[in-house]
Amino acid sequence: MTAVTAPPRPGDAGDAVGGVVPREVVRPGSVEEVAEVMRASAADGRSVVPVGGRSKLTWAAPPESCDLLVDLTGLDRVVEHVAGDLTVVAEAGVRLADLQAQVGRAGQLLGLDPPEDGATLGGVVSANASGPRRLRYGTTRDLLIGITVVLADGTVAHAGGKVVKNVAGYDLGKLFTGAHGTLGVVASTTWRLHPVPPARRVVTLELPDAAAAGPLATALARSTLTPSAVELVGSAGGAARLVVLFESIAESVAGQARAAVDLLGGGEESEDLPGDLGRRPGGADDVLLRLAYAPASLSAVLAALPAGTAVTAHAATGVSYAAVPAAEAADALPRLRAAIAPHDGTAVVLRAPDAVRDRLDHWGPVGDSLDLMRRVKERFDPERRMSPGRFVGGV
Amino acid sequence: MTAVAEPVLSDRTAALADRLRAAVGVERVLTDRTQVRTYECDGLANFKVTPAIVVLAESRQHVVDTVRLCSEAGVPFVARGSGTGLSGGALPSSDGVLLVLSRLRTLSPVDADNRQVTVEPGVINLWVTRDAAPHDLAYAPDPSSQLVCSIGGNVAENAGGAHCLKYGFTVNHVLGAEVVLPDGEVVHLGGRAPEHPGYDLLGAFIGSEGTLGVATELTLRLIRVPEAVQTMLVGYSSVEDAAGTVSDIIAAGILPAAVEMMDALAIEAAEAAVSCGYPAGAVAVLVIELDGPQVEVEAQFKQVEEIARARNAFETRIAADDAERALMWKGRKSAFAAVGRISPSYFVQDGVIPRTKLPEVLAEMKRMADEKGLRVANVFHAGDGNLHPLVLFDDAVEGQAHEAEELAGDILELCVTSGGSITGEHGVGSEKRMKMAKQFTPEDLDTMQLLRCAFDPDGIANPGKVFPTPRLCGERPGVRKGEHPVQAAGLGEVF
Repeated sequence: MTAVTAPPRPGDAGDAVGGVVPREVVRPGSVEEVAEVMRASAADGRSVVPVGGRSKLTWAAPPESCDLLVDLTGLDRVVEHVAGDLTVVAEAGVRLADLQAQVGRAGQLLGLDPPEDGATLGGVVSANASGPRRLRYGTTRDLLIGITVVLADGTVAHAGGKVVKNVAGYDLGKLFTGAHGTLGVVASTTWRLHPVPPARRVVTLELPDAAAAGPLATALARSTLTPSAVELVGSAGGAARLVVLFESIAESVAGQARAAVDLLGGGEESEDLPGDLGRRPGGADDVLLRLAYAPASLSAVLAALPAGTAVTAHAATGVSYAAVPAAEAADALPRLRAAIAPHDGTAVVLRAPDAVRDRLDHWGPVGDSLDLMRRVKERFDPERRMSPGRFVGGV
Repeated sequence: MTAVAEPVLSDRTAALADRLRAAVGVERVLTDRTQVRTYECDGLANFKVTPAIVVLAESRQHVVDTVRLCSEAGVPFVARGSGTGLSGGALPSSDGVLLVLSRLRTLSPVDADNRQVTVEPGVINLWVTRDAAPHDLAYAPDPSSQLVCSIGGNVAENAGGAHCLKYGFTVNHVLGAEVVLPDGEVVHLGGRAPEHPGYDLLGAFIGSEGTLGVATELTLRLIRVPEAVQTMLVGYSSVEDAAGTVSDIIAAGILPAAVEMMDALAIEAAEAAVSCGYPAGAVAVLVIELDGPQVEVEAQFKQVEEIARARNAFETRIAADDAERALMWKGRKSAFAAVGRISPSYFVQDGVIPRTKLPEVLAEMKRMADEKGLRVANVFHAGDGNLHPLVLFDDAVEGQAHEAEELAGDILELCVTSGGSITGEHGVGSEKRMKMAKQFTPEDLDTMQLLRCAFDPDGIANPGKVFPTPRLCGERPGVRKGEHPVQAAGLGEVF
């Protein structure tokens, strides 16, 4: 394709995105090479799907076409970590785990803990992936302070900067967060970091009925306790385990854990983090859903799920993951969406077995801003070549 | 009352004024020159433009009607809340409509279990915390103008405040917005849930300085009032020691709720204005506030005291109660106005630098000011590197205003070449739009314009703000080549 980029290779079944095998795969090694690739694709009118660690390819709908898969794992440099400023600049292909290891050596962390193995920063941004500690640190929109993107025509654009406080210009980082590669390619990211808390305490409470977690999570959220995460793992209509994680200085976590046991009316204290903290529920035969809703409606959301559905809830935040058996999903999904709508609830398909995938409405209703979203898409990608069809309303 | 001046309207705006009167009511549409002149500027009083028409909206429908009629007539509109902005973001268009939202002041009941409240844009920032307080909740963004500034204006500017070091900015605390787009269409961005399928247009809208539409309702996230708050005032004999204390606190893994710094000139001004009792003879003071669980605050507070002592603090005062805390904050929050006590005129500047560059940037700023024979008072959010240099000057001295304006501009460029930003919380507005080209490439700005064109293809929402050059949306931005200005300055890959 160019002198600097390794030539594209033909795509194969292992490269498939939602069952669509790309014609070619290219792996650029720098932001400029991504721009070269995009300019060439524009000249040829090719459809492009950017990917990173490929850990969340099913989170968006399958693309209508994929002439070229742009593999960003070659953009793997941590460009600049300024520990004194608690900021880091890293290219999109850097794996989140590798970044955590590097900034961890300075006693710092990026406050994102999605559980998908091998996830890259670009993928985390594009899929807006998050985990249990979103309760404490927020999500990409709260931590991403600068971004470099490459548009469909090869234009390289930056927004934000490398200072946390900055209101100059539109925040394109927000726009590209969760856009699933439909507006352009995320090439480099700049983040706000946090110090690693020195001590941890975990309170675990077994609940015969998962629905009891709703009022407990609300009580925690309205208390002066400052947990990093409140996780519910169990099944709708069945038993569940509530895990409350405190991370701070030793004096604080000890006191807070005791107070949490009082507030919850029970629970075991420990220093060990459950190995499966934040793991998405279910298996390959299930349809995995992400539910978002007004935070205090957790009990109502659990009640709206088919009985026995495996659930992992970030209980105090208004986000849950549910694994519905594939055979029930096509019927259950519309009912679930209708039932949680009064709580501003939405359900998005993150993974579905091939057999049922095409029968599911991946994103569900979007509301009255869908036309505006389409207009944004038209401005950024007028030829509709970027991950076509992967997003809401066929965007 | 003075004689009523005849309105000076073009045929186009005169016809629009008639249609507006029919739609929203005669009493809500002002064209009288003496009346509309009230709205000729916001908090940036050296920029003045008299609007052709002022509409005093009292309902969402008034906003929709006004925006739709402007769109049909191709007349620009500028939305305004309390008018406390410091970058001229609410500066009217001379041939346009100024849409005043300060009468939209309804707060819905606080939803305590969801920690949310829905408000109209004219609601005053502090009212939100007032309503939330009985539920032990609070609205975190606290700009110094919070007694008078409106939530709608906060959203337009992505307002910050002293406590955003720990709690973030307006964008981190707005969950949903009802927005009237520049063609009059009403959309709902975000909502009561933390996320929604689709683009995060809410995130893009907040901080867009009124160029993407007008918010008519906002759902705000409330935080639990922390168990303990402790505030200390620390006096230093050198700015370097004060700045070093800030770095050491951060390096110790402590995230204070706020770390504010004032230099000798700012202290002098605050003392003269509000007698806040800051340590006598201090060259710099820090106001440091920690909040959270009691045991955590106590332990970390001790640690901060030790750090300050190691950095040669000569006086450390701890607020014994809320009254003392209020007095410590009073000096800081009144600092801008207080500077009027020690200088006939001044420019308020707002720039950001990486926190670690604080000592060298302050030294360079002093050198630049000395070179021009001007004084600069410094008041800033030291924890996040957000500087507010106040450039003092005397209008009576010929050419000094110009020199001061130049210095203020040079300071901003210093912020950018240090790896920072031309604005941390005041916005770009009218004042700094030409500076955008120092921080961003033409490609960056063209890409931002794509977003504006999606929302406002006719360019009638607050035109002439934020961007250095107006651009028609029909144009396809060309692909340019060239080095990023920050890279050209030898700072490497910055973004």
